[in-house]
Amino acid sequence: MSDETPRPATEPGDPADRPEGATARTGGTPAAGPQDGPIETRTRELLREVLSGSWLVSLLAIVLALLAGAVLIAVADSDVQEAAGYFFARPADTLEAVWNAVYAAYEALFRGAVYDFRADSPTRAIRPVTETLTFATPLILAGLGLAVAFRAGLLNIGGQGQIILGAVFGAFIGFSADLPVVLHVTLAALGAALGGAIWAGIAGVLKAKTGANEVIVTIMLNNIGLYLVAYLLTTQAFRVPGSPNPISPQIPTETAAYPLLLEAPFRLHAGFLLAILATGAVWWLLDRSTTGFEIRAAGANPHAARTAGISVDRVVILTMVVSGALCGLAGSAQVLGTEHVLTGGVAASYGFDAITVALLGRSKPVGTFLAGVLFGALRAGGVLMQSETSIDIILVVQSIIVLLIAAPPLVRSVFRLPSPDARPRRRAGAATTEVTA
Amino acid sequence: MSAAVATGPRAEERALAPVSWRWPIIYAVFTLVALAFLRVGDGATTFRISRAGDFFEIPDVSLPALATNLVLLAVMAAATAVAVRRALRRAPIGWWVPAAFGIAFVLAFLTWVGAGRTTLIPLTTLLAGALALSVPLVFGAMSGVICERSGVINIAIEGQLLAGAFLAAVVGSLTASAYLGMAAAPIAGALVGGLLAFFAVRYWVDQIIVGVVLNVLVVGLTSFLFSTVLTENSAVLNARQSMPDIPIPGLAYIPVIGPVLFRQSLLVYLMYAAVIAAHILLFRSRWGLRTRAVGEHPKAADTVGIKVERTRVVNTVIGGAVAGLGGAFFTVGSGLAFGREMSAGQGYIALAAMILGRWSPKGAVAAALMFGFARSLVNMLSGAGAGISSDLLLMLPYAVTILAVAGFVGRVRPPAAENVPYVK
Amino acid sequence: MKLELRGITKTFGSLVANDHIDLVVHPGEIHALLGENGAGKSTLMNVLYGLYRPDDGEILLDDEPVAFQGPGDAVAAGIGMVHQHFMLVPVFTVAESLALGYEPTGRAGMLDLEEARRRVTEISDRFGFDIDPDAVVEDLPVGAQQRVEIIKALSREARVLILDEPTAVLTPQETDELIQIMRELKSAGTSIVFITHKLREVRAIADRVTVIRRGAVVGEAGPETSEGEFASLMVGREVQLSVDKGALTTDTTDADAGADAFVVTDLTVLDPAGTVVVDHVDLSVRRGEIMAVAGVQGNGQTELTETILGLTEPVTGSIRLDGQELIGRTVKQRLRAGLGFVPEDRSTDGVISSFSVAENLVLDQYDRPPFASGVAMSPAAVRRNADELVAEFDIRLGSPADPISTLSGGNQQKVVIAREMSRPLRALVASQPTRGVDVGSIEFMHKRLVAERDNGTPVLIVSTELDEVYALADRVAVMYRGRVVGVVPADTDRDVLGLMMAGVPLDEARTQAATHRTTLGEADAVADHHDIP
Repeated sequence: MSDETPRPATEPGDPADRPEGATARTGGTPAAGPQDGPIETRTRELLREVLSGSWLVSLLAIVLALLAGAVLIAVADSDVQEAAGYFFARPADTLEAVWNAVYAAYEALFRGAVYDFRADSPTRAIRPVTETLTFATPLILAGLGLAVAFRAGLLNIGGQGQIILGAVFGAFIGFSADLPVVLHVTLAALGAALGGAIWAGIAGVLKAKTGANEVIVTIMLNNIGLYLVAYLLTTQAFRVPGSPNPISPQIPTETAAYPLLLEAPFRLHAGFLLAILATGAVWWLLDRSTTGFEIRAAGANPHAARTAGISVDRVVILTMVVSGALCGLAGSAQVLGTEHVLTGGVAASYGFDAITVALLGRSKPVGTFLAGVLFGALRAGGVLMQSETSIDIILVVQSIIVLLIAAPPLVRSVFRLPSPDARPRRRAGAATTEVTA
Repeated sequence: MSAAVATGPRAEERALAPVSWRWPIIYAVFTLVALAFLRVGDGATTFRISRAGDFFEIPDVSLPALATNLVLLAVMAAATAVAVRRALRRAPIGWWVPAAFGIAFVLAFLTWVGAGRTTLIPLTTLLAGALALSVPLVFGAMSGVICERSGVINIAIEGQLLAGAFLAAVVGSLTASAYLGMAAAPIAGALVGGLLAFFAVRYWVDQIIVGVVLNVLVVGLTSFLFSTVLTENSAVLNARQSMPDIPIPGLAYIPVIGPVLFRQSLLVYLMYAAVIAAHILLFRSRWGLRTRAVGEHPKAADTVGIKVERTRVVNTVIGGAVAGLGGAFFTVGSGLAFGREMSAGQGYIALAAMILGRWSPKGAVAAALMFGFARSLVNMLSGAGAGISSDLLLMLPYAVTILAVAGFVGRVRPPAAENVPYVK
Repeated sequence: MKLELRGITKTFGSLVANDHIDLVVHPGEIHALLGENGAGKSTLMNVLYGLYRPDDGEILLDDEPVAFQGPGDAVAAGIGMVHQHFMLVPVFTVAESLALGYEPTGRAGMLDLEEARRRVTEISDRFGFDIDPDAVVEDLPVGAQQRVEIIKALSREARVLILDEPTAVLTPQETDELIQIMRELKSAGTSIVFITHKLREVRAIADRVTVIRRGAVVGEAGPETSEGEFASLMVGREVQLSVDKGALTTDTTDADAGADAFVVTDLTVLDPAGTVVVDHVDLSVRRGEIMAVAGVQGNGQTELTETILGLTEPVTGSIRLDGQELIGRTVKQRLRAGLGFVPEDRSTDGVISSFSVAENLVLDQYDRPPFASGVAMSPAAVRRNADELVAEFDIRLGSPADPISTLSGGNQQKVVIAREMSRPLRALVASQPTRGVDVGSIEFMHKRLVAERDNGTPVLIVSTELDEVYALADRVAVMYRGRVVGVVPADTDRDVLGLMMAGVPLDEARTQAATHRTTLGEADAVADHHDIP
């Protein structure tokens, strides 16, 4: 039997057979009694908290993932392969080729995402940041939607389908209605939220009424959504008259578009402000409202929630509706913010990316926002990276980040960091309470 | 938690149990839908049954569409009546009633589609196609069963299929042998399975999350390597290889079942073996007993000395290998080169098949075959120009899956310790 | 086989579960290990069985030291264990359960279930267990499941059999059967260690007793110990187990005092398979009364309480609270109507482990003022409430913001009770209120329950512990197979209750009990004579 069981990765586990009277291993109150070791100073305590904290783990996970990405970039680079052919004759060539390949790729990433130091004008130089935020907008919105669902214990894998349906509804109102400016875009946005809400609501209702596993249902709805939008783009209502292409009519940018926050050539639009608002709203919903209390309770322990009178079925449906609405808004960011048309690929990979965003953000609103920005940066950088290597490397980096985030002990053991549970006692004089035997 | 006290329901207790109207209603609805199939006019539908090389040739059957559908409708109505009677008596429905109903419905549909047209309805081809298309689904579902029975949810079937397809294509191309490619495919699947085991069993990460992320990772990796290394060296690394059909002497020429079952590639024959092996091993072998114990009540298994973590890890890796083998179907099994995201969501359908089949190999295979048949049907219909948008038709398998998971299957009983990390 | 534990020590973090424990079991001896919940008995047995490794000390079998890497080693050495919560896979048959771990192989390495079946029948016949090898475990009654566990242990040729709280799930009559089995095993040469917290049965059954408290051995007793010494050994505790519950108060000014306030009529509930689990139950609890529902686990008590709460719908019957019909109302509506509920399984149904103590204290009130106005919650009000309740109920913790999982079982249960009692109640239903709770908290809990009763609230307690029933109840309703066999006053004889718990109607039970004393019934008489609580 192993002497050291790994700590649970997601939340402090609650082993069922804990001996009666034991305090939990995490966050337990130390007993006042004979001490065994030197008293800890404030500085050391702070240092230990930083070293064992989750921010550091997240940062290191990103570093590790970028390293893994570097390996792949190097392996796939033709110069490296060529130099590796005669590695033993001139090893320096291979190493140089590796460095060149990796540096070029990550430099492109930086230039595409943050600051283009090779640009010829200051405007173009800071464009990358705005691109990052533009890409981040749908990621944040959908990520928030999924985070809400995850907190309720619902694994909403249907972001893709909900984004699509949101885009469909929003685009339709956009190009077919003729309304004054503020009303038009607001209605379109609300329509998008409605579309996503309905699509997710189907899964919610099925889960509540029949117990159908929401993972399977939402995944199936993703595929149905894809075929649905493809079909709609062949119908009269959604086509440009006379054109054989599966593209919708243009959505008028004067009335039904999120206004640009900065002038062209910047693409950053008001959807980003919507994302910020949504972050705040989700925070308030989860942490300060009764509905949020119910959502968290149902997610943590549906049996106890039911016994306390909470209607878990209602919570499931409500949560999926909110989740879908946010994903629908992400779809609106696409059709009303950047693309201004509806195509079959409107959801791109945002649906699955949003899952990784929510996981990296640990399903907390602020964390999801930041994670959305990070992955938006990866996307923006990836566009420029394509000249050096394939954009698919971004997917690899993203998934590795998420896997590592989900297993903090793994990251800790790689870097030999202390675990947050191995906590020595507090400073002498701190109030302690008797622990019952 | 109270243990059951009675050993069996008393007669008066049975009388109080609510009547389950679900099946009769489902049958009734479908029978009513089938009424639409009566609008066929005066034409006849021709079915082709034989294939070249059969022992004896069954001539194409041409049936008057209206009369045929009336008969089939009667069969469906009779089945509905039986279902009603069984429901009222609170007796189980059995399997031949749904089977008879299903066959009648599908035949009626086909008759309706082909009525009055010159194109034939190639029944045998339909069935053979169904079997072929269900290969990745069957392998995937078997993988799911092996993993989930020991308590590990395997959402990464999709990634394992894709990884298997990738490695099969590359190895097959490098060695110019489809068979070697097929042999390499399980290795890729096992690697993905190993990652799943690593994160889920060792680090207690939620298994569904790991599975979804692994799928993204595999897509990223394979697409990356495809866009870079494979595209640059496609002649060496991604040349098409194909596995020939191996007709089994004698059996391959029996009409209908011959071409369908016995004129397939080695991969399909391996699939038969895998299904039979899975069933026998799961319920009659020591490994199977341990697996099921670990999946239902790991603590009980632990107290008897069974290593829970190790069993789960081994099963997950084996499951990954099985799914990887199924992935070979997409490339060397179909004579295609590797392309991005080739597995196209089949892994998720395999999962659905496993749930529909109630976590048993036999049930999972039946469900997978049903999905394969649906796919084959859609292919045939778009070929026959049925006039319905192919996009809408392609939605059908997914919609059926939703109905299945929600209605037909509803609240079933997965292995009790699923997705619960075993913490000592 | 002689079993000896020397100086066994086991700690979990800062908690010392076993503190240098010495124990000797001679061959063919029935040795009882006596201690309260939390004393460390189960930990000790898990060490012996190889599930835990001791931090210090050694285990000797026939004077040879042994070290177990896991249960497999222990089983191989001849130690068999029957756990309190059965280690049986519910969907397996008896034969498969036996085969697990032992795995007889036949042709081609396949499992030989025939062999397993044969062994089940062989052992079952030898000891008169009457178990069908092809029965599915989850369909068997609890007593039969226990026998399956014993068969499992015996089939590995156990020479020392450890029974962890074996009588927790048995009626007194079934306990008698178990005692018979133990005596038979003893005469066949098997040593038996049985763990219990019930004082009464130990003296009657065991050859030797070792008493454990707070992880350490505090005393031993044997046949040579006099009854008086034995009694004082048991009573060597500061805390009294029985609370002076006082007489039923009937002299209040409230005109409705003594009236039926909580009435269940003809309640019938089916399980998903259609079996009747609550069978036309009638119960009525008066104001200012504690009614205890006694019975062995699994006779419909759980379903009864769940139906009262509203988690299950009955097919017939009514539940009236102060005249208001509860059937048809949601759980939340019933809680609002003044129903207080303490669920049977604290960790799954009572508290949310990851939530803070403060949040758990408002789990069923979070959407009412002062904790919320409309949709907006007030964290300050929640905190204030927590501070008040922690003080009032003496809940030991670090801070109310800590997750409730950091509290001990007893304190967690206090949170549940505090939560319910902090609002005005018209009735309180408490299921197994002191299960898994340490002695100090049990006393506290019982005091509060009586206080609530004295407040005028009708209290319905469900307990499988007859000792608790005797300690708290004014009247006792006995359930068997979903029916109420009878409602009797609290001073009814233990043997009568025991027979009723097995389904025998009241009058017949009285007659039978008079002629046929059980071991525990005897123990009761002795205890009463010596005024042992």
